[in-house]
Amino acid sequence: MRRSSEGWWYTAKGAARDRNIVTTAGAIALALAFPVINQVLNLGWEAKAIPISLFIVLALGLNVVVGFAGLLDLGYAAFFAIGAYSMAFLTSEVSPFAFVREGQPVNFFIAMLISSAVAACFGVLLGAPTLRLRGDYLAIVTLGFGEIVPLVIRNTPEVTKGTQGMNPIGYPEVPGVHFATDPVPWYYLIVAVLMVSVVLTGRLQRSRIGRAWAAMREDEVAAASMGVNLVTTKLFAFSLGASFSGFAGSIWASYLQVIAPEQFRFDVSIFVLVMIILGGLGNIYGVIAGGLILGFVDRIMFDWFSAIVHGIGRATNNSELELTDTSRMRQLLFGVSLVVLMLVRPEGLFPSARRRAELHAAEESETEAAQERAVIEDIE
Amino acid sequence: MAMLQVENVHTFYGTIEALKGVSLTVEEGEIVTLIGSNGAGKTTTLRTIAGVSHARAGSVALDGEDITNTPANDIVRLGIAHSPEGRRIFAGMTVRENLEMGAFTRTDRTEVDSDYQRVFDLFPRLKERILQRAGTLSGGEQQMLAIGRALMARPKILLLDEPSMGLAPVLVELVFKIIQDINAQGTTVLLVEQNAHMALSIARRGYVIQTGRIVLSDSAQALAKNEMVRKAYLGEA
Repeated sequence: MRRSSEGWWYTAKGAARDRNIVTTAGAIALALAFPVINQVLNLGWEAKAIPISLFIVLALGLNVVVGFAGLLDLGYAAFFAIGAYSMAFLTSEVSPFAFVREGQPVNFFIAMLISSAVAACFGVLLGAPTLRLRGDYLAIVTLGFGEIVPLVIRNTPEVTKGTQGMNPIGYPEVPGVHFATDPVPWYYLIVAVLMVSVVLTGRLQRSRIGRAWAAMREDEVAAASMGVNLVTTKLFAFSLGASFSGFAGSIWASYLQVIAPEQFRFDVSIFVLVMIILGGLGNIYGVIAGGLILGFVDRIMFDWFSAIVHGIGRATNNSELELTDTSRMRQLLFGVSLVVLMLVRPEGLFPSARRRAELHAAEESETEAAQERAVIEDIE
Repeated sequence: MAMLQVENVHTFYGTIEALKGVSLTVEEGEIVTLIGSNGAGKTTTLRTIAGVSHARAGSVALDGEDITNTPANDIVRLGIAHSPEGRRIFAGMTVRENLEMGAFTRTDRTEVDSDYQRVFDLFPRLKERILQRAGTLSGGEQQMLAIGRALMARPKILLLDEPSMGLAPVLVELVFKIIQDINAQGTTVLLVEQNAHMALSIARRGYVIQTGRIVLSDSAQALAKNEMVRKAYLGEA
C-alpha cells in the first residue's frame, strides 16, 4: 500500500529508525541463537522457550483485537481451543473424520492453515452478533463465548472425546528433522510463526486498515464519518485475531500431543490479556516484552522461587515450608503485580505513543489555557 | 436544482421527535447557516444529513439524488463532509494522522497531497504542530484540525457543527474568517451555530430552527434585522 506520508512535510526519524533496526536485528539473532546459548550455558530452558514463544504469538493476535481495534475480548482462549481441536480433527487417530482415522491424516502444515482459517471463521461468527456492542458489554459476550467453547468440547465426547482429551495428534513431517523427539525444531517452527506474526501485524498497523482500527478505537462515530466501514473493519479485526490464535492452537496441540478442554479455560484468556496490558497495548514490541517477562516469571522464575522456598524449608527443618506448593501463589502474585502496575503505569511498560497520548490527554489539557493564550497573542 | 435538498425530515431519538419536519436547501457555492437555541435540532439536522442519525420520514437529496439514510461511511464518499459537534478529533493520533483519516476514502494521492498544502495554508498552526498528538492541542487548534480533517475529504459540501464552541472571541473571528476563505475556494458550507451574530455576518442565507421546526428562512442580512431573531438570538432588546 502506498502511503501518502512521503510528502515534503514528512519528518524522517533517522536516528530512531536506525536504533529500531539494530534492536530488531539483535532480537532476531538472539531468538535464533537461543538453542545454542541454552545448550552452552546448560540452562535447560528449551522446553520452556516453546510455550513462552507460543503465548507471544497469542498475545500478538489478541493485540490486534484489543490493542489496535479496541475491542475488549475476554474469550480469546476459545479460538486457541478451536485451532487446537481443528488440528486434532485433521490429524489425530481419534479424529471424528473417518478418512483421518483410517490412516490418511492431513499434512501438518496444511492442517495448520486450515485450523487458522477455521478459527478466523469463528472470529467472524463471534464478531457478527456483537457489532453493536462496545466496552463492558462486548467483554461480557466474549467472556461467555470463551466459556461456551470448552463446555461444548467437554459435552460432545462422541466428537471431541470430552474430558478424556484427544491423543495422539499428528506431527509435522520434514525429512531429516525429528519433531517427535527433539524440541529444537519446534522452537524454530514457533519462532518462524512468531516472526511472521510480528511482520504481519506491524504492516497491518501502519496500513489503511490499521488506521481505520485506530480511528474506530478512539471514536466510532467520527471514524464512520471519515468513511470507515465499521462492520467490515470490526469483523476483520476479530477474524484476524482469531486466526493467529488458531495458528498457535494448532501448533500447541501437535506439540503437546494431547489436548483436553481444561487447557483452554478463562485463565488462558486472562494470561494473554495481562501480557499485552503489561507490555503496552497496541505496541508490538511492548507486547513481545510483556509476553517474555510474564512467560519468564511464570515458567522459569517460579521454579527458582519454589526451589528457594523449599531450600529454606529444608534448612530450617520446616516441613510445611519445604512442601509448599508455590504454584498456588502464582495467581496472587500476578494479581498483585497487575494492580500495582495499573496504579503506577496504566499504559503498560512500553506503551505506544498513541495510547499514552489518549490516556494522558486529560492531564495535558491543563496546559491548554497557556497554549490558547499563545495562539491569541500570535493573532494579535 | 439545489445542491443539497432536505425535505420534511423527521428524526427521532427513541420516542422523542427531535426534528418535526425540517426542510432546507443549500445552493452550490453558498454559505447557509442554521441558527437556533440549545436543543432546537440544529445538530440533529446535520447528523441526519451526514447519515449518523436516521430520518424516520422525509428525504435528503444531494445533486438531485436521494441519499436519505445512507450510512455515514458512504455519505462522505458522495461528497458531504461532517465536522461534528464537540470536534471529535482523534486525540491519540498526530495532527498528520488526523488529516490522513480525513482523506481515508480517497485514492488520488497527488490530489490528496495538494489538499494537505491547502489545509496548511488555511491553518499554518497545524503545520507547526504536524507531529503533535491531537489531544495535546489547544481548543482552537483542535477546532482548526476538525475543519481541516473534514476538508481533506475534498467535499462538495462541508457541514460545520458549532465551530465557535468554547473558543475565545478572537479565535472565533479567526475561525469564521477561515470558513469564508474555504467558501471562497469553492466549497459549499452548511453552518450550524449558536453564535447567530457571527454566523449571519458570513452567511448568504439563514434558517432559524425552533423545537424541531424551521420557523424562519431568509437572507442573512434580513434575518439579522428581523425583530424576533434580534430578540431571541442576537441578545438585543
